[in-house]
Amino acid sequence: MGFPDRIERTVRTDRPVERVWDAITTAEGLGTWFGQSAEVDLRVGGTATLKWDSGDTARLRIERLEPKTVFGYTWGINGLPEDDPRRTYVEFTLAPDGAGTTVTVVETGFAQLGPDDYGKAFDGNTKGWAAELDELVAYLHG
Amino acid sequence: MADRASEIVAEAVFVALADPNRRAILAALAENGPATATDLATRLPITRQGIAKHLTLLAEAGLVAAEPGERRRVRYHLQSAPMRVAQQFLAALARDWDGPLAALRSHLDDASGS
Repeated sequence: MGFPDRIERTVRTDRPVERVWDAITTAEGLGTWFGQSAEVDLRVGGTATLKWDSGDTARLRIERLEPKTVFGYTWGINGLPEDDPRRTYVEFTLAPDGAGTTVTVVETGFAQLGPDDYGKAFDGNTKGWAAELDELVAYLHG
Repeated sequence: MADRASEIVAEAVFVALADPNRRAILAALAENGPATATDLATRLPITRQGIAKHLTLLAEAGLVAAEPGERRRVRYHLQSAPMRVAQQFLAALARDWDGPLAALRSHLDDASGS
């Protein structure tokens, strides 16, 4: 595993790119598989808002749109305040693969986390760290 | 910093943090500032020998550094740089894309079946 400024994942589906494009760019799609509801202003500079029943909300600022090929947005980083200027960039890329589609998602920008967050890491109790590391170990061995 | 070098730093941090006593030592240094091994032994339910052993490992991981002083009065303080490197690992790992992508695939399958 290289130093993770980025996460990259790929998944293949039997569905054609048109279907996948709708799933990742429409309120109906994003509000079904990703959030539990969604509003989407589909244009560069527009906002997509995803909501979960837990009360969590994610605001995506759309940065790149190449129909049926590239959907890119920035969003906030877990654990930072909502108005923090630091955001990660997520890019979905669709590629026809036979009758289906290969979906690649790349999220970059984690390396920008700085010393401020270090302080927050210590704010919680030490049990927080234990839980976090258990998850890390489970992930690494999973 | 090279990727491999960062990974080695992060690995040392995770090993250091895997022990509850070492986490307690780091938390005490973060809360109350630099302290000697004796201070820490007074404050925490850990023996003086245990404190010394853990401080050595934490120093090797770069998480604490000794301030110059008389041998028994050496104070240790936190160093944040390795923690920052490790935190980038945690942030990247916390963003789990496998779940959402599996949900996307099953959403596409369901929609086409109906």
